[in-house]
Amino acid sequence: MDTVSDAIVVEGVHKRYGEKRALDGLDLAVRRGTVHGVLGPNGAGKTTAVRVLATLLRHDGGRAEVAGFDVRSEAAEVRRRIGLLGQHAAVDEELGGRQNLEMFGRLHHLGARRAGLRADELLERFGLAGTGRKAVRQYSGGMRRRLDLAASLITDPEVLFLDEPTTGLDPRGRTEVWNAVRSLAAGGTTVLLTTQYLEEADQLADRITVIDDGRAVAEGTADRLKAMVGGDRIDVVVRDTDRLREAAALLGEGATVDVDRRLIGAPAPDRMQALTRTVRALEDAGIEAEDIAVRRPTLDEVFLALTGAGSGAHAPMDAEAAA
Amino acid sequence: MSTATAGPGRVGWALADSWTMTRRELAHWARQPVQVVVGLVFPVMLLLMFNYLVGGGSGVDGDNTEFLVPGMLALTMAFGLEGTMLAVTQDLDKGVIDRFRSMPMVSGAVLVGRSAADMLQSVAALAVMTGVGYALGWRWHNGTAAALSALGLLLLLRFAMLWAGIQLAMVAGRPEMVQTVQILVWPVGFLSNVFASPESMPGWLGAVVEWNPMSATATAVRGLFGNPGGPSGSWAAEHAGLLAVLWPLALIAVFFPLAVRRFARLSR
Repeated sequence: MDTVSDAIVVEGVHKRYGEKRALDGLDLAVRRGTVHGVLGPNGAGKTTAVRVLATLLRHDGGRAEVAGFDVRSEAAEVRRRIGLLGQHAAVDEELGGRQNLEMFGRLHHLGARRAGLRADELLERFGLAGTGRKAVRQYSGGMRRRLDLAASLITDPEVLFLDEPTTGLDPRGRTEVWNAVRSLAAGGTTVLLTTQYLEEADQLADRITVIDDGRAVAEGTADRLKAMVGGDRIDVVVRDTDRLREAAALLGEGATVDVDRRLIGAPAPDRMQALTRTVRALEDAGIEAEDIAVRRPTLDEVFLALTGAGSGAHAPMDAEAAA
Repeated sequence: MSTATAGPGRVGWALADSWTMTRRELAHWARQPVQVVVGLVFPVMLLLMFNYLVGGGSGVDGDNTEFLVPGMLALTMAFGLEGTMLAVTQDLDKGVIDRFRSMPMVSGAVLVGRSAADMLQSVAALAVMTGVGYALGWRWHNGTAAALSALGLLLLLRFAMLWAGIQLAMVAGRPEMVQTVQILVWPVGFLSNVFASPESMPGWLGAVVEWNPMSATATAVRGLFGNPGGPSGSWAAEHAGLLAVLWPLALIAVFFPLAVRRFARLSR
């Protein structure tokens, strides 16, 4: 791995809690100035990985470096160069927004005057200038998250960790955070983002690592990951539930059946030919379709195929082939 | 932005960070004056209640108010444990501690700030309580030096309870757990000589009560103030002054290193 151009280097990192292996030989490399998404189901080790990299948790083995410094032996150097946005707002609810930022500035050793100036600057930048005196308790979810993000950026960190940054936010709050992340990335900050929302990774991340059981199971751009589950797909919604199986057989090998939605999915590498073929086959068999569409695979399908999370009726049948 | 490469050095930053954390607690008070007042009024309420409603049953010779006030001061210091616990569990629960720990600050400053604020609160509580006591007719009879020593012993007890509180909070983890501890703290508080003389109790109970650290402080403080119920009688009561120093020191010797270690090990 390239330590000069990589802002985060993780090699074979282990962390156990008693019998449970939270991280089981995790590998990860994040290039400077990129947004890297870490995707995985609950309990995959996403938060543990962020806590190790943000020096909050000591790993048991392996190499972990952030901004060129070892997170265990050079934790103080790492802390000067990172910002952390955890799952829960890590601000003081009882204090005002400005009081929070000023306090964090002082604790970053900016000195009283610069801490105050920086607080005002950040409040302005995140659209919180008018509410700086109000107790954070009275902030909306989106405002609180923005303040939390501002607090993570006191010293213009080289590397920013965002651990499920939009969990629990309404769509507006989510858009606010997304915009903030985009503008940070444009400014050259390296961002490591964990998320359960595939759309979030799709929207924000340059590259994505899918992790499961404390290990990286796939890595690449969103497009590359989507290509891994076998290209384009065709979806058919069948009117009559009784004829689902019959219709699935017509679509050939690798078809999936979702009984609740009366939906049949199948790989369609030849796109338009697959569409015409399917329409004709259904017509010949006298099966009525409500909807037929050819589409790119979603990141959800990649996720399910790679991690096996929630495997059942919804999981594509070609999961083994892709993994 | 590179920061803190030059500056006051590690000790200097430790002090600066501790001051910042203390200021944080003071800012909390400024934001929630009602809560601060309630915290100060509650022990006063207890004092008034025991003075007027339950008064006269203490089994000591001499003025009941003079007996009760020093005891209530000791009780207030001991119950400070709950306030410390609650504050620490709330901090841990909210994730703000994670932010502190991910920053280049001296992490022990979090604990120093907590203890400085709690000690200041306790000084305020002592001022209010002695003021109310004075209005009720309580006096100190042995001069200023003895009275100040008494206040010193009280604050020493509070300091011991502070570190016990921090450690218990980190073990308990969640604010809901504080209630459980409260259930245990109250009997310990009342199994003391604060409200009644151990001589009025059955033998075994009297012995338990006399060896309660809070009783030692209460007895020693009564002696220093020249109030009834000072050191006399059993060995524990005779040596209350010594015990009022040794007990808190022993508690600090146990809980201070445990709490500091536990805090450092939040990263395990």
